[in-house]
Amino acid sequence: MDTLVSAYSRPAFEDEGYSSDEHHELVQSPSSLSLKFAMPPVAKPSSFLRALTDDHANPDCPIKLAHGTTTLAFRFQGGIIVATDSRATAGNWIASQTVKKIIEINSCLLGTMAGGAADCQYWLAYLGMQCRLHELRHKRRISVAAASKILSNLVYSYKGMGLSMGTMCAGVTPQEGPALYYIDSDGTRLAGNLFCVGSGQTFAYGVLDAEYRYDLKEDEALELGRRSILAATHRDAYSGGYINLYHVKEDGWVKHGFNDTNPIFWKTKLEKGEFSNVTANL
Amino acid sequence: MASSLIADPTSSSHNLYSFSPSDQTASDIRQHSFYPYTDNGGSTLGITGNDFAILAGDTRSTSGYSINSRYAPKVYRIGGEDETGEGAHIVLSLVGYAADGTALQERLNTVVKMYKYQHGKRMTVKACAQRLATILYSKRFFPYYVQAILAGLDEDGRGALYSYDPVGSYEREQCRAAGAAASLIMPFLDNQVNFKNQYMPGSGEGHDLHAKQAEPLPRQEVERLVKDAFTSATERHIEVGDGLQMLIVTAKGVEETFYPLKRD
Repeated sequence: MDTLVSAYSRPAFEDEGYSSDEHHELVQSPSSLSLKFAMPPVAKPSSFLRALTDDHANPDCPIKLAHGTTTLAFRFQGGIIVATDSRATAGNWIASQTVKKIIEINSCLLGTMAGGAADCQYWLAYLGMQCRLHELRHKRRISVAAASKILSNLVYSYKGMGLSMGTMCAGVTPQEGPALYYIDSDGTRLAGNLFCVGSGQTFAYGVLDAEYRYDLKEDEALELGRRSILAATHRDAYSGGYINLYHVKEDGWVKHGFNDTNPIFWKTKLEKGEFSNVTANL
Repeated sequence: MASSLIADPTSSSHNLYSFSPSDQTASDIRQHSFYPYTDNGGSTLGITGNDFAILAGDTRSTSGYSINSRYAPKVYRIGGEDETGEGAHIVLSLVGYAADGTALQERLNTVVKMYKYQHGKRMTVKACAQRLATILYSKRFFPYYVQAILAGLDEDGRGALYSYDPVGSYEREQCRAAGAAASLIMPFLDNQVNFKNQYMPGSGEGHDLHAKQAEPLPRQEVERLVKDAFTSATERHIEVGDGLQMLIVTAKGVEETFYPLKRD
């Protein structure tokens, strides 16, 4: 109660116009990714935010944020394959079918986005900035382990505030070779060979686990990444759109297209005889 | 006939209106909460072409079932000289909560002007788009209740359009509808601008059909599509109507047109 009283007992004129912080930000050239956030004038900001924006607990929430995903990444002898779908949903509404869920942090590091689209976009951009600063300070590229730890420490400091992200950092460095980390907004940070993240993760795991070997050839690995996302877009309503495919090699990542799922689905069905649960002609 | 009272059959959100945020409980016990938003309705739409970008919005402002204004603009010029917006090269549309909309518009306008004074050159649309994302994200824990669309011309003089969610995730697109009638307008745009589910006649049967490739549309065609989108949305959405305001960005500057919509 006291916190509430103190929050509302400021004189009204105090909030008029720009605060000194805001004024400073506007007059000085602002650091573009500042870490100052406006907070609602309530005792528990996290429950305020949850009531307004969390569409799982409360489907009629007024502010719908973009959600829903299938992303995957796996290590193999030729590097790392990273693949995602491209659908963003806000409740039942498909907000976009063309989201770029693989974020190019720099020429050798990739991040994937699952969960809140803005959270992933903003914090991976912030991570990109920190990685560049590390490069300038230490005259060598940051390791994937260090980069992923910057992100996990960052989201851990906001734990309980309502951030929502499940991300993977994939990169190849001279010290570590190909490295893959999973980081989520709970603060989890795991190193591993193979991860799938998002509402369609189970479907992707199903295909990926069945066919995965470390000594996969490059074209086999790319095809497996594509096929796993395809399986997820087929069974998970929150996934779909286009398949975004990347290959991280020793000398940086290579993009392998942003392709519509529908023709790929029919090609897979008609030429390989898979998806026999679907009839091609009535 | 209860269903006819629901504002939008596709969104099924019954408590979008600020006058009844806390009546979810059936019992007499009511929990009061901090609810600082109102949905002022309306819709916006942006389409880009080869050498132009169009942002349009209806001018109705509602609160619940009341129409509070028939001329409340939702599209703004950014980076202009004074109140008239003379010399602006970027346009912004904000739909959702009008108070957050004007506050955000003022903030971005200030930033773009300060950029010009400090750097002696105009802010690019790309830079402005990134800046708007960080402004929206700075209120991640107390969001601006707005859906933003930013438009202008890119470094190559081509139309550029960026769409945002309330906390600043953004993407460059060819076209985007936002607001109350987004679910009515966006499917129309997918079909008419990006030619989704359209195929080349005579290119084959069944799976052999070739999809019709999307290409930038001429300005006259785009203006016609925008008018069709809004007259149709006005027919089927109670929060859309009164007037259609269009801001068209070309190399010459920003042009404004106004077209009346049904006022019922």
